[in-house]
Amino acid sequence: MGNNQEELLKTAEQEEYHHLVNRIKPKPPLGRNCFWAFVVGGLICVIGQLIMEFFFSLGYSRQDAVALDAITMVFLGALFTGLGIYDNLGEKAGAGSIVPITGFANAIVAPAMEFKREGYIFGVGAKIFSIAGPTLLFGFAASVVIGLVKLAMMSL
Amino acid sequence: MAAINKKGGQTLMFADPPCLISWASIVGPKEGEGPWSGDFDQILPDYLWGEASWEKAESKMLREAAKLALSKQGLQTSDIELMVAGDLLNQITSSNYAAREISIPYLGLYGACSTMAESLLIGATMVDGGYCERVIAATSSHHYSAERQFRYPIEQGVQRVPSSQWTATAAGAVVLQKGGNGPKVSCATVGKVIDMGQTDAANMGAAMAPAAIDTIKAHFEDTGRPHDYYDLVVTGDLGLVGMTLARELMVKVGLVPGPNYSDCGVLLYDGLQGVDSGGSGCGCCGCMLTGPFLRKLTLGEMKNILLVATGALMSPTTTFQNESIPSIAHAVAIENI
Repeated sequence: MGNNQEELLKTAEQEEYHHLVNRIKPKPPLGRNCFWAFVVGGLICVIGQLIMEFFFSLGYSRQDAVALDAITMVFLGALFTGLGIYDNLGEKAGAGSIVPITGFANAIVAPAMEFKREGYIFGVGAKIFSIAGPTLLFGFAASVVIGLVKLAMMSL
Repeated sequence: MAAINKKGGQTLMFADPPCLISWASIVGPKEGEGPWSGDFDQILPDYLWGEASWEKAESKMLREAAKLALSKQGLQTSDIELMVAGDLLNQITSSNYAAREISIPYLGLYGACSTMAESLLIGATMVDGGYCERVIAATSSHHYSAERQFRYPIEQGVQRVPSSQWTATAAGAVVLQKGGNGPKVSCATVGKVIDMGQTDAANMGAAMAPAAIDTIKAHFEDTGRPHDYYDLVVTGDLGLVGMTLARELMVKVGLVPGPNYSDCGVLLYDGLQGVDSGGSGCGCCGCMLTGPFLRKLTLGEMKNILLVATGALMSPTTTFQNESIPSIAHAVAIENI
């Protein structure tokens, strides 16, 4: 009984502290963050579009141009990560530079660079997907589900 | 039954207060650009310091800080009977590898960012108890080695939140001795692990503030010293958010959050250095103590300080397992007596 009361008191104390923390904790500058996410994310998309137009002008089909565009953007994301620029961009733009495909490249190249000192097998090899791994796994899982749904719809 | 050198529940009173005869600080480039650049012994030009990895650089910082503290008094490593050190990395490798080079009897500590106070506390106990003539207490942290262990790869483009803190690249070492000239460790309060259910690893100040206040309260209750006894009561690395919370909690437990209260995490950088809530890491209060605080004590600008180093005792594993963050704080009173 006494134990129970002590626990209740502890929970109440923790809750009260939690409220105090929430009151004092500075809020992220949402407006400013959204603005930069929009500007940087938008710019990355514009660059992507320009590159696609470039491949169109070379006479590639839509499907090929889309694939070449994605390859180029991933390369640029990796390059700017390697040059140590992409993390500065991410600090400012947040989701604006994480969501585009360049952000995906960043999420793979950053750990690869980071863990090079632990060697190519247990460092780079083991850690390269430590950030992007969940995206890959659940991306693959989702594609399987969608494929099955499509199959089911086609056989109706 | 109380032990003869203990007062109250948690405070060790040193019968013959051990003396801080020498100390040294080595900091990284960013810390060197802060407000205290003139107070540190050495400011590194870059984060690797000629080493192949950040971990090696951190270990070198701790080792060189210890050697520098010795050389200032013309001491050799053979003049020291015990090294007490710790850091943030897994298996406290920075300290272990530094101790490998220094090659004297060694006790490794893990108290996260509370290590500066913990090592001083243990070192002072060893000296005052008559077990050692001379002891060195040291700690270090490195922004990039901590970042990769606790958070994200360095080049990962993630956005910091305003409550997050910046792990300081810094090392501090202090030589304690029986008798001598210099500030003395008069007493120390051993902290308890306090957990107020905080789970946000990007808001460590909030997790640690209750532990700091618990120890400060215990210290004043145990010693019976008035709340304005110290020229400076300084917590280790609560940052702006944690310090604001600490002030609120002080009022709640009946302490006066006077102008003599501050925090090393708030002091280490200036507001324009992009550190959000402030500095953190073992080296944060380690270098503030061995840099500005001990200089001010030596010059008589302050006559005493209470250093309350705070540590968050979680790991990335416990964070992913949704455990809350237990914290600890140890207090060490350093006085000109």
